[in-house]
Amino acid sequence: MDSSEAAVESKLPPAIEEPAAAGRGLSLPADFLFHKLAVFMAAVVGATLVAAVAAIGYDSLPAIKVFGVLGFLESRRWDPVSQQFGAYPFIVGTLVSSAIAMLLAVPVSFGVAVFISELAPGWIKQPISAAIEMLAAVPSIVYGLWGLLVFAPAFANLEPWINDHLGAIWGVGALFRGPPMGIGMLAAGIVLAIMILPYIASIMRDVFVATPARLKESAYAMGATTWEVARRILLPYTRTAVTGGIFLGLGRALGETMAVTFVIGNSNNLSRSLLMPGASIPSVIANEFTEATSKLYVSSLIYLGLVLIAITLVVQILAVFLLGSLRRAPGGTR
Amino acid sequence: MVTTMKTRLAAAAIAATLGASAHAAQGITGAGSTWVYPLVAKWAAVYAKNTGIQVNYQAIGSGGGIAQIEAGTVAFGASDKPLLPADLAKHGLIQFPTAIAGEDLVYNVPGLKAGELIVNGPLIADIFMGKITKWNDPRIARLNPGVALPDLGITVVHRSDGSGTTFTFANYLSKVSPEWQAKIGADTSIDWPVGVGGKGNAGVASYVQRIKGSVGYVEYAYILENHMAYARMFNGAGKLLSPSLQGFQAAAANVDFTKAKDFYVILTDQPGAASWPISGCTWQILRKNAPRASNAAVVKFFMWGFEHGQAQARAIAFGPLPPSTVHAIKVYLQSNLGI
Repeated sequence: MDSSEAAVESKLPPAIEEPAAAGRGLSLPADFLFHKLAVFMAAVVGATLVAAVAAIGYDSLPAIKVFGVLGFLESRRWDPVSQQFGAYPFIVGTLVSSAIAMLLAVPVSFGVAVFISELAPGWIKQPISAAIEMLAAVPSIVYGLWGLLVFAPAFANLEPWINDHLGAIWGVGALFRGPPMGIGMLAAGIVLAIMILPYIASIMRDVFVATPARLKESAYAMGATTWEVARRILLPYTRTAVTGGIFLGLGRALGETMAVTFVIGNSNNLSRSLLMPGASIPSVIANEFTEATSKLYVSSLIYLGLVLIAITLVVQILAVFLLGSLRRAPGGTR
Repeated sequence: MVTTMKTRLAAAAIAATLGASAHAAQGITGAGSTWVYPLVAKWAAVYAKNTGIQVNYQAIGSGGGIAQIEAGTVAFGASDKPLLPADLAKHGLIQFPTAIAGEDLVYNVPGLKAGELIVNGPLIADIFMGKITKWNDPRIARLNPGVALPDLGITVVHRSDGSGTTFTFANYLSKVSPEWQAKIGADTSIDWPVGVGGKGNAGVASYVQRIKGSVGYVEYAYILENHMAYARMFNGAGKLLSPSLQGFQAAAANVDFTKAKDFYVILTDQPGAASWPISGCTWQILRKNAPRASNAAVVKFFMWGFEHGQAQARAIAFGPLPPSTVHAIKVYLQSNLGI
């Protein structure tokens, strides 16, 4: 191989040196311009992010001065009348609704991806993939309307069963006891799960399909079942991309506003039960921002936004570390 | 430049849009209370037919109306919570009342029809504080002898946005329940101990219609429009009443709007045998230093409503202000705005 490459190289004319571009008159080479433009765009993106976080931080200062950091994060009172504000119920609401969404969406996405890549007959792969992409195309406010008008009444018929059967389990029963309202933390988690399903499922499907056939064929030839192939060949090989997809879905779930606002019930009180209404940080900001009249009220809402940025930042850092350790570990290349 | 068909079409489209937007700019924008929204919507429709001027009203809640007029983004802000004269002076605002109306409890209990449930102030306060959690609680049964109350949990529905309807409701409960006054108080947004939050009067009505065993509070026009099950109440004088325009006006007859500075009156829990306990008024707030043309257009619209829109108002149980009050409003606007 090497000798023929050297032979080809020796036949070509010597490479022409590109002259130094700066200060050579009006006709700057397009490459130089493109290079500088790309650098500028990257800088703009970074600067916008920094500026946005700085602006939010600056507007939160009045609330930070009054409530402090730990005081705000731990306080359970959100009382506009006495101007006492605390973030704890909303942090819990955001994390719990996202956790429910992830618990529901990740296994289903895994199942869909394995089905499309391994089990489905050829003619059904395209329609199912298209259907999953369509889920992502639905606007989030339409999900909210659907959740409120279609899903919540149907779910309200299921909730008495959940209350009676799951609510009777020793230990975790308190999580599932509540009136059959249809809306609430569990309903919000389910609607969120449907919303983030396409993101996780399409990434999983893409990387499962792209797994080298010789790996899978070798495993099948040795007598592995589909489940063993999925668990021991596909997942380890694609773990980096799959983890990335999961964190993408998580990021989407943490910030989702309109769909959650419609179905979560908008109650500022913390409740042990998933069937009871709650609130998440985006839903409380969406509900109360236009009507917050006092400076401290507005500043507290912006402070909530800062807390949400901090939560997503923590999730991002976790993702980077996890992906880094996955890439370094032996096994898959993706 | 060669003017192709595409360029000509684009130019024509731009010109048409600019022309249309110039025409649409001749309108009035307002925002605020969902309580008064049915009335403003009805008046705006007829006003547009008569004069061609569009009134664009966004029902975002009284809190939103107050915030937007303070920020100067709208021509008028509608609020069911009157601003104190000191706050008006601080922000350079003026306010005048528009109409009298009332609110009532609505509920969704299988077997209970409209007007069957009887409540009083302290009972409502206990329900909304979460101290009464079942419909067949003896405290409810005591006021409703002979009515079959089911063994169903009570789901409280309140407002999730800043609302003058909430202010009127909480103001009434603060007057009849010392515990409510001490623990919760009255404002457009309060710290609800229990319940689910709906956005706007429409949101509360929607949740109550959807959730079995729920109880909420809405403005009376929403009860009429949606044929909801409403409650009857004992007022301060001990009389059992259904909500009605007469009840709201009887409450309003107890106060003299003309004597109140900046028309700051509260109509809840008024004395009188026929007074509906949870009555309220709704105000329009204007900026003193807004462009004169904008304020003049707003004043013209509402004066038109006072003179020609009372029949429509009555049809949705919004009570007209007494003529002496309308005259006082004219004098007030003249002295504050010169209009």
